[in-house]
This record gives sequence, C-alpha cells and structure tokens, in this order.
Amino acid sequence: MNALARTVNAEAGSASFDFVGVRVTCDHAGVLHVPAFDTLVVSDLHLEKGAAFARRNMHLPPWDTAATLARLGAAMARYNPGRVISLGDSFHDGQGAAAMPDLFRAGLAALMAGREWIWIAGNHDPRPPENLGGLSADNFSLGALTFRHEPSRRPTPGEVAGHLHPAATVILRGHPVRRACFVEDGVRLVMPAFGAFTGAADIAAPRTAPLFDWPRLNAYLLGRDRVYAMPGRLIARR
Amino acid sequence: MSALLPKPFQDWFASRGWTPRPHQAKLLDLAAKGHSALLIAPTGAGKTLAGFLPSLVELAQRGRLRPGEAWRGPHTLYISPLKALAVDIERNLSRPVAEMGLDIAIETRTGDTPAHKRQRQKLSPPDILLTTPEQLALLIAQPDAERFFAQLRHAIFDELHALVTSKRGHLLALGLARLRKLAPALRTTGLSATVADPDALRRWLASQENTGAMAELVAVDGGAKPEISVLFSDERVPWAGHSALYAVGDIYEEIKRRRTTLLFVNTRSQAELLFQALWTANDDNLPIALHHGSLDVSQRRRVEEAMQRNALRAIVATSTLDLGIDWGDVDMVIHVGAPKGASRLQQRIGRANHRMDEPSRGLLVPSNRFEVLECVAALQASGAGAQDTPPLLDGAMDVLAQHVLGVACAGPFDEDALFDEIRSAEPYVGLDRGTFADTIDFVATGGYSLRAYERYAKIRKAADGRWRIANPRVAQQYRLNVGTIIEAPMLAIRYVRRGRGAGRGGPTLGKIEEYFVESLRHGDTFLFAGRVLRFEGIRENECYVSDGSGSDVMVPAYMGGKFPLSTYLAESVRAMIADPARARGLPPQVLEWLELQGKKSVLPKRTELLVETFPNGSRHFLVAYPFEGRLAHQTLGMLLTRRLERAGAKPLGFIASDYALSVWGLEDMGEMVRRRAFSLDELFSEDMLGDDLEAWLDESWMLKRTFRNCAVIAGLIEKRYPGQEKSGRQVNVGADLIYDVLRAHEPDHFLLRATRADAAAGLLDVRRLADMLARIRGNIVHKRLGHVSPLAVPVLLDIGREPVQGGAKESLLAEAAEELLTEAASP
Repeated sequence: MNALARTVNAEAGSASFDFVGVRVTCDHAGVLHVPAFDTLVVSDLHLEKGAAFARRNMHLPPWDTAATLARLGAAMARYNPGRVISLGDSFHDGQGAAAMPDLFRAGLAALMAGREWIWIAGNHDPRPPENLGGLSADNFSLGALTFRHEPSRRPTPGEVAGHLHPAATVILRGHPVRRACFVEDGVRLVMPAFGAFTGAADIAAPRTAPLFDWPRLNAYLLGRDRVYAMPGRLIARR
Repeated sequence: MSALLPKPFQDWFASRGWTPRPHQAKLLDLAAKGHSALLIAPTGAGKTLAGFLPSLVELAQRGRLRPGEAWRGPHTLYISPLKALAVDIERNLSRPVAEMGLDIAIETRTGDTPAHKRQRQKLSPPDILLTTPEQLALLIAQPDAERFFAQLRHAIFDELHALVTSKRGHLLALGLARLRKLAPALRTTGLSATVADPDALRRWLASQENTGAMAELVAVDGGAKPEISVLFSDERVPWAGHSALYAVGDIYEEIKRRRTTLLFVNTRSQAELLFQALWTANDDNLPIALHHGSLDVSQRRRVEEAMQRNALRAIVATSTLDLGIDWGDVDMVIHVGAPKGASRLQQRIGRANHRMDEPSRGLLVPSNRFEVLECVAALQASGAGAQDTPPLLDGAMDVLAQHVLGVACAGPFDEDALFDEIRSAEPYVGLDRGTFADTIDFVATGGYSLRAYERYAKIRKAADGRWRIANPRVAQQYRLNVGTIIEAPMLAIRYVRRGRGAGRGGPTLGKIEEYFVESLRHGDTFLFAGRVLRFEGIRENECYVSDGSGSDVMVPAYMGGKFPLSTYLAESVRAMIADPARARGLPPQVLEWLELQGKKSVLPKRTELLVETFPNGSRHFLVAYPFEGRLAHQTLGMLLTRRLERAGAKPLGFIASDYALSVWGLEDMGEMVRRRAFSLDELFSEDMLGDDLEAWLDESWMLKRTFRNCAVIAGLIEKRYPGQEKSGRQVNVGADLIYDVLRAHEPDHFLLRATRADAAAGLLDVRRLADMLARIRGNIVHKRLGHVSPLAVPVLLDIGREPVQGGAKESLLAEAAEELLTEAASP
C-alpha cells in the first residue's frame, strides 16, 4: 500500500485507508468503521465469558459483559452507525445468551435499538443467540467486503474476519512492546478481539503467520488513545 | 550429661567424646515440660540435632507398635522452606539414629516425592515426617487429616526467620493453627538465625488464643566472629552494572587458594554471567558448578551431590542455596554484588566453615561504585552485629482465602470455630469478623455484589449451618493450586540440534521467563545453564534452542530476586557520602569519585536529599538520591513523573535503582525551579501519598502484578503449568484484564482490597517512602549543573538496562510511529 493513501489521525485515535477500494477506519477501541455502508464492525465480543468460567468453578468477575458493552457503546457513539456487524464469538459459550442477567440483556438491547444488527456465527457460538433479535448469518457481504468469523485458507480479496485475536510485537529500543492489532495485507483484514476478557495471540506465531502476505502487511496496534501503524518488517518474527 | 537423656543417647555422645551442648539440654528440658521453644543459634551450633533430640528421645521410649495397635500417625513434623533442606536433614538425622540403633522411621515428603510413596505414607506414616509448607497445606486439606495428625506431638520449623516474612509463612501459620486443633498436645520448636525481633517469632510459635503468648527463648551466642573483607581490586570498579566481571581475576585467585568456595549472587542472570566468566578464566580446569532455581531439577541435584562429596572447588549460586544446608567443606563464601542487608550478609557468610569455634570467612565483591559503599556499610554492620531483618507483616487476605477452601476440602467447618482458630495464628490475630465473612463469601461465590454465581458456589452452607465443598472437583482444583509461590510466566527450554527447528522434543535444560523470550528473534544467542544457546523458536509453551557461539550474547533478565537495600544499610551509606573522609575503609577509587562529586556538585548531609538537574544529550534530567531502595524509588518515580507532567515539564521516563532515581524530559526542570514554575519542596511534598498515590496505584503495572499473585493465591485464577496450553483449551483469562474490569465495576472487591494491602505493606514500600518524605522535608538541596555530575553517572548508565513498563511502552510506540511518518514523508 502506498503510504500516502493512508492517514493516521492521532487526534481522532484512528487510522483510515482504502481496503480493496473501500475506505475503512481502524479505531483504537478495536472497532472498524466503514462509512460507505454506514457500518461498524466488531469481533470476538465473548460476552458472558466470566459466567462461562464460573460454570467451571472459576469465579471470574461477572462484570466482563458490562465492561464490553460499555466500551462498545462508547465506540458506537463516535460513529452512530446504522448497522453493526458482530463478527462471531459474540458469546463465549452456547449458554451465554440464554443465561445472561437481565441487567446486561437490557444494556445490549439499548445498543441494538434502531439499528440493523448482524450476528455472524463463530466457533464459540455456532448457533444464533437466543431471544436477542438481530439477524444471524454464517457470513455476510457488503460491496467488495465479505464478513466471516474465521479467516479462510484461500481468501477472496476483501475478506474481513476475526477469530485470531491478533497481536503484534515490535521491538523498540530493545524492548518488546506487544499490542492487540488490526492486520491487513491488501487481501484480507483481521479484526482484534473486543471482549473485556479476551487475550491476544501473536500473528507471527507459526500457526497464523502463513495466513498473511508479509511484505504487504500492515498492523494497526491499539494504543491507549490512538492506533499505531506498523509495517510487517518491524513486527518480530518467531 | 542431661538426666533426660536415655542410655543409648548418652553412649552415643560419649563414643564421640561429645557432651550435649547446653542449648540441646535446655530444649530437652523444655520439651519434657511440654513447652514450645524458639532456638536462635549460629550455624554450626548443632541446631538441627537440638531440635530433633527431644523427639528422638520420646520416640526411643515409645517402643514398638504393640500387637493390635493398627496404625500410628507421625509423631514429629519437620517443616523446611526448601525441599533440598528436608532431604539434607533426612541424611543427617538418619546417621545418629542408625548409630544409636533406634527404630525410628524418618522420611521426606516434598513435591518431588513419587505419588506411590506419598500414598504409602498416608497409609503407613513415618515417625518423623520431613516436609515443606505446601505439603503441609495439602496434608491438612485431606479428608483424613484428623486421623493422620491425631498423634502428632512435635512440630519443628527450620529457618523460621526466612519463612515468617512471606505469604508462605502466613499459610504455614494457618496450617499450624489447624494442627493445634487436630493435635491439642502439640509442642513447637522454631530454629532461627539471629533476628532483629525474636519476640515476634516466639509469638508465631505459640497459640494466640492467649494473645501475646510466647514460646520459650533459647539463644546461643554467636561463636567466632566471621572474618569478612571487601575486595578492593586493582582493576577499575565500573560505574554501573551488576556483573562484577572486572573482578573475575581476583575471584579466581581466591578460589584457587581455598578448598571450596561458595559464590553467592543476587539474581539468576548474575549467576549465569559470573559462571561464564569464571569458566573462561579457568586455566586450571577447576571443578566449578552453577546452581540456580531455573535450572532443571536433575542438574541441580547433581550439583548438590557433587558439593556434598567435596568434589567441587567452587559453586555459583543464587538464594536457592541460601538456607541452612550443610554443603560439605566450604571454607570461603564470596558474595558478589551488594548483600542488601546486614543480617542477610551474616546468614550467607555463616555458610562457611560449619564449626562454631572457627570463624567463617567471607569476601564481598561490589559490582559497581555505589555497591562499594554498600559493601563497606554491610561490613561495618556485621562487625557491630547489627540486625536488620524485616518486620513481620499482617496475614494476607489471599492466603486466608486459600486456607479457608483447604479447610473445607478436609471436611465441613463451623464459621465461628474457624474464626477463633484462625485468630490463634499470630499473623491473623487482628483479623476482624467482617473481613472473615468477606473471605468466606469470596471463596463461596467470588464475593461480587452482583449475586450472579450462587448456582456455581464452591462451598455451601448446609442445613446444619456448616460450610462444605459443593463438589469433589473443588478439592481437586484446590490441590493443583495450593501454595503461595507464584512465578512469572515461564517457558521450558528444550535443546535441539541446530537447524532442526522448534517442536522436535529434546532434553529440557530448565525454564526461562516469557518476558525475555519475547524479545528474542530467531538466531539470537543467550546465556543459560552456563552455556551459549541459540534461539530456534517457540512452540506451544516451550522455547527451543540449539548450541550457540559468540561473545555478544544476551543474558536473560529475571524478574524478582532483587531485594531492596535495607534501611539500616541505606542510613550508613548516606553517612559515608556525607563525610567520606571520616568513613573508614573506602578504597581510593571511590574516595576520589566522591571528592570529585564534592567539587563538581555537592555531597549531601545525612539528613539532606540532593536533587541535581542538568541537560544531557537532547534531554533534561532530574536526579535525586534518597538511598531508600528500588521499590520505594520506583513508587516515587511514578509519582514525581505525574507531578512533573502537571507542572509542564514534559517528562519522558524515569529509572530507579537502589540508590537514586532519575527522571528525564523535554523541559529544563532546573530552569523551571529557578523561575518558580514549581518548587522542589512541593514536588517532594508528602501529600503525593494521598490522591496521587491512589490514582497512580490503580493504574500501575506493579499493582497489576500484585493482583495477579493475589488472584492465583486466593484461587480466582489457576496456576499456569508448563505444557498446559498444549491441551489447546484456554484455561485462564489474563489477570490484567480481570483487574481492569474489577476496578471499573467493583473497586471495593475483596481481592482489590487484598491487593492494595499487599502493595502498601510490602511491594511498593509506601511506608518507607513516607518516612523518607518526612525526613527530607525542608532539607532538599538543589544543584543546577551544566552537565552530568560524578554521582549521576552510574544512574544514567542504568538507563536502557532495565525493562520498561506501562506508560513508557506507549511513548516508545509513539516515537516509532513518528519515525515511520518522517521516513514516509522524506523523498
């Protein structure tokens, strides 16, 4: 990609560029805005992950859903999108949606109100969430963009996926600095995981590295209040 | 000879030409009366035998198992902080027992004991069981604990001074309270090196049902005074760094002169570096070995055995060998790097020459100029017999939570009775009922105000009002996570042939911190287990390496293992700097350095805090010299940075050492002081410990690390075991994520309170910082300089050596992003 076609807007905390001819904005909160389609994309919410662990005797705070929804709400307020795509693994397990406390159910409903909402199926939540409304699909297309949960082995250009929980490590002055990130290589774009209890995995790890065209790769690292664009050559390989 | 000593014992002593020492007789006497005792004695005083003698006598008289008497539990429990120590004691105790022809079974039980042996021990326990605090916690959490310990008469706690200052000590104190309930006739004996406050240990050994009750004190005067000196090399002592490589020639000569030399260092990376350097200098092919906690256990055992056979001439070790193990014929202890405390020094030097009447020999090797001051101070303190062991802390809440679950695993408990039992343990004397109730609530359902997990409770109150575990899986989980020792995330190191790549098996060399591995690229070389290794890659939870070569290798930095400078030594160092001419024993190099400081800047008086400001490169520096230890300085550094940011000084970062801290930024802070943009008195005013501290604390990475430890100990998240990730299921959520969510939604949660209490008490040294700020009020001396001062040189050289944390990483990212933009914009 041509450096001039990219604008990193440190003030607004985002980076915008053309991906398969569509202007997209990577927001430091970890959401992707596609203005042409009035759409906000978010991936790997893993709602009710705390409760999923509690079912296995680990009493993680039940507040992860509240935290995730609050951050999502704040990000949505910045773009006020007509459509939201949740790119799979929206709930941490199959019981999550049904067992969700009313408090959080109401919070989610408030976010969904007045918008088109699309649940893409993920490996953690292959079946549509119960009693929540919205549309459910395995994948979804908008113009040149195709939205699906898992990156495919042979992607068609314009694939937007999640699942990997990507992070990149850059070595700066000898210090490893690791951040969750968006990854884009001109063919596909992989979203960072958004949920409050989601960790991240290095894209340079042997399992994920071959998915990308490294000479053309850019990672957009999520900073405290902005994104940092880093070319593939700066990302530590294993 | 003591009348309490049966014939075989008298004969045994006589056959050696020995008589029981007065303290051994005294302990026998106290035991006969059923009293508990604290024995404080120097190494070589026959401390171990003194502790066991009453048990051996009682057991010798107990006689054989009578017909029809089906089962006997252990009579004596011995707890040591180290597995190796338990193994060592078994050996040393078995000899006299065999020689006296006593029919007493002595066995160890540690994490290394095979499962079948542990199983057998439960069915047929030895008379004397030698074990560790973690194993005790496991034993009392067994459903048959009551029967197992019913006949217990005596519990011996070795190296008690080392145990009581940590959370391990808290868990052990709770275990002891439990043992007292299971075996009401229990006596305790504590074995300890000299400490600053023996009464605290005496209370620890006694049930605090009668608040303030103490075990009897038996103190043995320290034998011959150790002969310690500080190495003043003809070589130039470096400004900074911790490797002491300049002195390797001198150290090697010393090793050649002695039979066996024990070399102590403060960190594992120092151990690696020193070992490598000695190996290079080893023209005579002397047998020199390396021993530290990250090495594979089989290698450690080999070294320990060689040491016992006196087959080694020198061993480089970290604190894994710190405690009372009898390691053959050591006639010299060299301490490389500063000892950090007077008591610590005396304990370590005491390793040499295990005979009370002969002096131990020790040599201190400072690794930089500030450490020269510290070593001289430690030497003088040791000469004066000064003790600066840390005070005991209140029992930690996370440990309490772990113990409560352990109690429930053994069987149903009554809340009131357990509360009383816990308050009989010294660290928990001050526990209030509200906190105890919160602890139980936390153990049961996580203690959240959103009562979302009632269905998934770990313990439940039954109809009889007693608490019991909800299902057997809870006990299983408890057993896997018992203990209070939390290591930083580690990867196993596996050795493969060059070019075979990662994921091909190969022998395990030990483990290494994940943090270090993250900074490695394929082909990088680093030092480990005394060899140069080449990084091949990571697979799952393992780091693959092959043979490497070259001299420009990295050394893994290990978190932790760095003790802060004791207040006592800090005070002495300040006195030396105030008046170097009057301080005895400083070498010419260091005197010249301080003289130069006096000329170029100023030498602060004892009560003063010197603050220097000067430009260096494109940055402006502010350096302060409080000498209050790394932890307090780190806290101070974060707080100063916040204030300087508000004052508009645009600080970029800071670094803290044991002696000083340095903040750098874009604005000239000296000039800002001159034009009164801020005053140093305001900058260092005590009110920073109020709001600023609260605000910063909550965001600090140090608090997050503390939280992680609390969360694991309290059982909220599980310990990570090497290889666990292989199973593919994600077992844990990152503690940082949990912390952030909890802080935002339930800031007063049990675990956050536990974390803050921990941090304030120990980790951040807030108390020490507060004392310092009070001391320097109105005594700040500011020097505005045109360039770096002699005293500041070592401080500046440390920049870039220490890992950066938190906010500093964000600045690095911003810097890199700027550079990329500039690059892209240039034609």
